[in-house]
Amino acid sequence: MVGVRTTVRRGFDRIERALDRVFGSDWNPLAQLGPLGWFLFWIVAGTGLYLFVFFDTGVTKAYASVKWLSDDLWWHAGVARSLHRYASDLMVLVMFTHLVREWAMDRYRGKRWFSWVTGVPVIWFVYMSGITGYWLVWDSLAQYVALTTTELLDTLGIFAEPIARNFLSPELLSSRFFTLMVFLHIAIPLLLLLLMWVHVQRITEARTKPPRGLGAITLGALIVSALVLPAPLGPPADLAIIPARVEMDWFLLSLYPVIESVPAGVVWAGVVVFTVLLAGLPWMPGRREGGAAEVFLDHCNGCARCVADCPYSAITLGPRSDALPFSHEARVNAARCVSCGICMGSCPSSTPFRRTSDLITGIDLPDRPLAALRAEVIATASALQGQGRVLTLACAYGAAGGEAEGRVVLPCVAMAPPSLIDFIISRGLADGVMVTGCSERDCYNRLGGQWTRERFARERDPYLRARVPRERIRVVWAGPTEIERSDAARADFSRELAALPAYEHLRPLDEDEAAEAEASVQKWIAQ
Amino acid sequence: MTQETNFWRHRARHLMMGGMLTLALFLGVATLSAKPAWQSHPPDAAFIRLSFNHSGVRNCRKRTPKELAKLPPNMRAKDLCDRRRAPVRVEMDINGRRAFAAKLAPSGFFGSGPSRIYQKFEVPAGDYHVDVRLADDPAVAGFAYSASYDIKLAPAQSTAIDFNAANGGFFLH
Repeated sequence: MVGVRTTVRRGFDRIERALDRVFGSDWNPLAQLGPLGWFLFWIVAGTGLYLFVFFDTGVTKAYASVKWLSDDLWWHAGVARSLHRYASDLMVLVMFTHLVREWAMDRYRGKRWFSWVTGVPVIWFVYMSGITGYWLVWDSLAQYVALTTTELLDTLGIFAEPIARNFLSPELLSSRFFTLMVFLHIAIPLLLLLLMWVHVQRITEARTKPPRGLGAITLGALIVSALVLPAPLGPPADLAIIPARVEMDWFLLSLYPVIESVPAGVVWAGVVVFTVLLAGLPWMPGRREGGAAEVFLDHCNGCARCVADCPYSAITLGPRSDALPFSHEARVNAARCVSCGICMGSCPSSTPFRRTSDLITGIDLPDRPLAALRAEVIATASALQGQGRVLTLACAYGAAGGEAEGRVVLPCVAMAPPSLIDFIISRGLADGVMVTGCSERDCYNRLGGQWTRERFARERDPYLRARVPRERIRVVWAGPTEIERSDAARADFSRELAALPAYEHLRPLDEDEAAEAEASVQKWIAQ
Repeated sequence: MTQETNFWRHRARHLMMGGMLTLALFLGVATLSAKPAWQSHPPDAAFIRLSFNHSGVRNCRKRTPKELAKLPPNMRAKDLCDRRRAPVRVEMDINGRRAFAAKLAPSGFFGSGPSRIYQKFEVPAGDYHVDVRLADDPAVAGFAYSASYDIKLAPAQSTAIDFNAANGGFFLH
């Protein structure tokens, strides 16, 4: 399972690198699947509302109204119908690609189970929304879908009379049936919207709209597709026959050939098994994560930077529970904390310059505290030799995720407080610091890459101090398949550093600091 | 060239190349949205559907005068019936060969609802003689209702056999 996942992940990384060149990393559609899903939903909803203006719910009028809007009003309502259909199909494509990608990225287990599990019913509601929509057109495909669906539903034996009886003859089918279908075709997408909202509840700053450029490309390509290949309309439904050949929508209706080919019991069992297995995937097996972040109130003034930076809504502000003269304190919801350490990197108290025997910050990871990080950095830097010494702070999920000399691997590069960079350079632990994140287009921990860029650009607290020489910092975004590029960037950076004059503001560790550092390193090694 | 100009040049390239790639993908999606066509059943196949809702009889007996006297005056119904209905037996022969035979249980938790059926029979297009029979009272031997039909079916055509006791029994749609 792990081997398959790694292979798929590396496959995604390679494809996404190619798409980075075509779209640019910030418009890369594979890194925007969630926002694209939302965008497509709104296109479907908007065009659906527009089509409702022209649609008639009568048995004979339904088809006539769709034919009228497709033929006579093709340039607006016809295009809207094609957009409605193709955006729905794309939702299926986007949804399953999103699902496989999140699985491959291992972002579905542990504390991130909620988004995965709440995504499972979204799949079925997308299908139900599409299927009920197909009925309304009342052409031969609609008749095929209606008949196959009702025959399958009747096998459940829960209806007062077989609903497939509605399609025995025209006189048994009333316009009320279409009114019911319109109601379902509105109610089910509304429930879908509710589920999509629940799906993004346990993440901060959920991206529900793609970048404008990607949105424009998507909408533009959809409109051109609608004009080049208008959504087909089959012959009108005829209950005196059973359609033999239909123009199948292989996205929304791909299960129908299966429904026809296997017994109904197998279909229902398959639906249940698929749903249960998919929903249970986060626990097969579960993910081992470090302990949740802990707040140390003596060092927390309730500034809320960690609240703003946590990508998983795991930190909130609450009324102060001690006697310190601040109004609020940070509180961690352990059930949501994935131990990415971004909160530690955002805390103004997280400065390795502080000279206390036990370096404690406002919010810290019990399994990877700031004191241990500082000790690890000092120990790793002490092994660096020669000219152009580079200390790498690397994301565990990127190209530099493996252990190597001169490298400190972190769950997220945003775990490193900017003051740590300052500390490394100003204390002469290394000639330069290379920060190697997982990928520019998409951070494993959602927002770590963005926060790192903004902190270094002095756009987000805590800022990287202006005094830190930028020529001694190199930020590289490299996915798991870009090890060579990452290593080459490091070698180039080392050569550039070697050519630089000595750093003039160097303030090496004094004897006391060196002794304290040595003690902390020994303590870290012992742990 | 300024940094801003360079940025917009890149953006124009992304719009053009990304747009073309996206359009190619979407045209593929639009094609798969209707093609290839699905052959649901053979082109020369036709269908006979048998479907109805019908309630089997209830097992009833007359209350004795003594039993009636024990009841409040407004509840003295003469017949005492089981809640459960009898199953409905149905048989259908196509060209003299038994195509379907079933004892349809009454619906509902307590078996108080009608028996119901929806069965679809796929046959090659052509001429057929169909005999259909129904019994709704186990106390009566044989079948209370029966009908025979000569049906001519074109490819893909569907004929439905329905039942309504109030209108005399079986009828065709």
